[in-house]
Amino acid sequence: MRITQGCFSFLPDLTDTQIAAQINHCLEQNWAVALEFTDDPHPRNTYWNMWGLPMFDLRDPAGVMGELKACREANPENYIRINAFDSTKGWETVRMSFIVQRPTAEPGFRLIRQETQGRKLRYTMESYAVGRAPEGARYAP
Amino acid sequence: MGAADTPQQIIDPKKRYQAGVLKYAQMGYWDADYEPKDTDVLAVFRITPQEGVDPIEAAAAVAGESSTATWTVVWTDRLTACDKYRAKAYRIDPVPGQEGQYFCWVAYDLDLFEEGSIANLTASIIGNVFSFKPLKAARLEDMRLPVAYVKTFRGPPTGIVVERERLEKYGRPLLGATMKPKLGLSGKNYGRVVYEALRGGLDFTKDDENINSQPFMHWRDRFLYCMEGVNQAAAQTGESKGHYLNITAGTMEEMYKRAEFARELGSCIVMIDLVIGWTAIQSISNWCRDNDMILHMHRAGHGTYTRQKNHGVSFRVIAKWLRLAGVDHLHAGTAVGKLEGDPMTVQGFYNVCRDTYTKQDLPRGLFFDQDWASIKRVMPVASGGIHAGQMHQLLDLFGDECVLQFGGGTIGHPMGIQAGATANRVALESMVLARNEGRDIVNEGPQILADAAKWCQPLRAALDTWGDITFNYTSTDTSDFVPTASVA
Repeated sequence: MRITQGCFSFLPDLTDTQIAAQINHCLEQNWAVALEFTDDPHPRNTYWNMWGLPMFDLRDPAGVMGELKACREANPENYIRINAFDSTKGWETVRMSFIVQRPTAEPGFRLIRQETQGRKLRYTMESYAVGRAPEGARYAP
Repeated sequence: MGAADTPQQIIDPKKRYQAGVLKYAQMGYWDADYEPKDTDVLAVFRITPQEGVDPIEAAAAVAGESSTATWTVVWTDRLTACDKYRAKAYRIDPVPGQEGQYFCWVAYDLDLFEEGSIANLTASIIGNVFSFKPLKAARLEDMRLPVAYVKTFRGPPTGIVVERERLEKYGRPLLGATMKPKLGLSGKNYGRVVYEALRGGLDFTKDDENINSQPFMHWRDRFLYCMEGVNQAAAQTGESKGHYLNITAGTMEEMYKRAEFARELGSCIVMIDLVIGWTAIQSISNWCRDNDMILHMHRAGHGTYTRQKNHGVSFRVIAKWLRLAGVDHLHAGTAVGKLEGDPMTVQGFYNVCRDTYTKQDLPRGLFFDQDWASIKRVMPVASGGIHAGQMHQLLDLFGDECVLQFGGGTIGHPMGIQAGATANRVALESMVLARNEGRDIVNEGPQILADAAKWCQPLRAALDTWGDITFNYTSTDTSDFVPTASVA
């Protein structure tokens, strides 16, 4: 399967040139770009690992691309996403987020249905990768 | 304005309160020198006085009938601080290009209104006045709601920012679809459509306005099968999904029951129809706040009073009231689809939903600056006769902070519902990517779509099926400050 979180998951994986163009767009809006990575891509996992702090004072996409390269090398089989944060009043939130690296194989999620009263089911989603190994060893090639 | 023979306010109390009938202007409902206070509620009405009725007297009558006046003088006014409670018409302008119509501005003191009650506000502002005989027609065009009054409302229970944070979806419009056929599907078959559309790439699916609990599908069946579809699609895509469960019902008790079942099943969103009324809307909004629920508003029925320019209430006013009353999603028009909507007028509605401070913008129908204080943003929804081939126009008109809903444009796809959903998602993501790269999507849009269709067969099929479909009819509800009537 292919996890379809983020802005551009239905497109072919973005090239580095395309990624740099999106970062440039974010910087033009005065958003702070940040890198995050994880091997637990559950849609309710809000807090991915931060690759350093959001790059508040950085104005050149090349700087982000350098950090992305380092993050990829350190976490070759993780999901990596780029977030762009807008600190203006009334937003103060992420304005854009897209995946820039995926593990080689994505086993996806199992839907667990627990029967309860009547026809009601209690649904839980469980990552196959998270279930089989601890953090750091989940998507070994 | 101001005809020389317009009656003036009678100052002498003995004459003013003598039993009998006076002109509204004589009673003090017209004051050309009035300077509105920051705390006043302001309204602009478009009025069409009957033949021979002085427009200023008509404006005074609007102010009178929407505040303290009755048809004759009453001495009991003198037991009150009546100057304060009288609304004041303070300005009147002919409507550009519309003979016999006038915009009249009316100011209302804040103390005329109960805090936190749209029912109370509307009972005054659109109460008697719309049936008043000396007017052929009246339309409430816009309102300025002072911050002091805005702060008495709780507003949207979730708002755009928190909704996106809950869903973890940023930087593009959300995608939805209304289930079709609107009526007749069984619960099991209905859930199939939900599942297919979400699995194919949509973020939300939606009940239609008139799906409640009919003989062919009772509400509990609908809720159970829809949530199976939602959860199955979420697990297979690793992405948050939702279905707007319509909880509209005949009584509040029944609506609460349905809302609670939706919560027990883990739904992130419920839906209501505008026809349930202001009090019911505010009540269910409070329930949503208490239960971490997004509230979707379908504006069923609004066209009966918002569409015709000379009589009724503009949708921009309805949108303002709904933002105060507290909804998270609001259908606000498409401009390019099958339903009424002049592009600039519709953009005005979107601004009312999303701004933190709305600036006066006459071509977009916005008569006033409106400070929204800290009240949350409403997510506007574009729904009704739109398809993937219009993606560049939709993104250009409305930007990222909206939901684009393709019902027929998803479910009617020749390769199936999943393919229809995928076509829409690929079209959207391609367009967002291109826009962010600095491309001119208005002009290059068709080429951007054609390029994506080279590798995405479902998008190619969607463009082949609907690429040329447009709804080019002249809009009725246009701003009279733009010189020519525009065609969507």
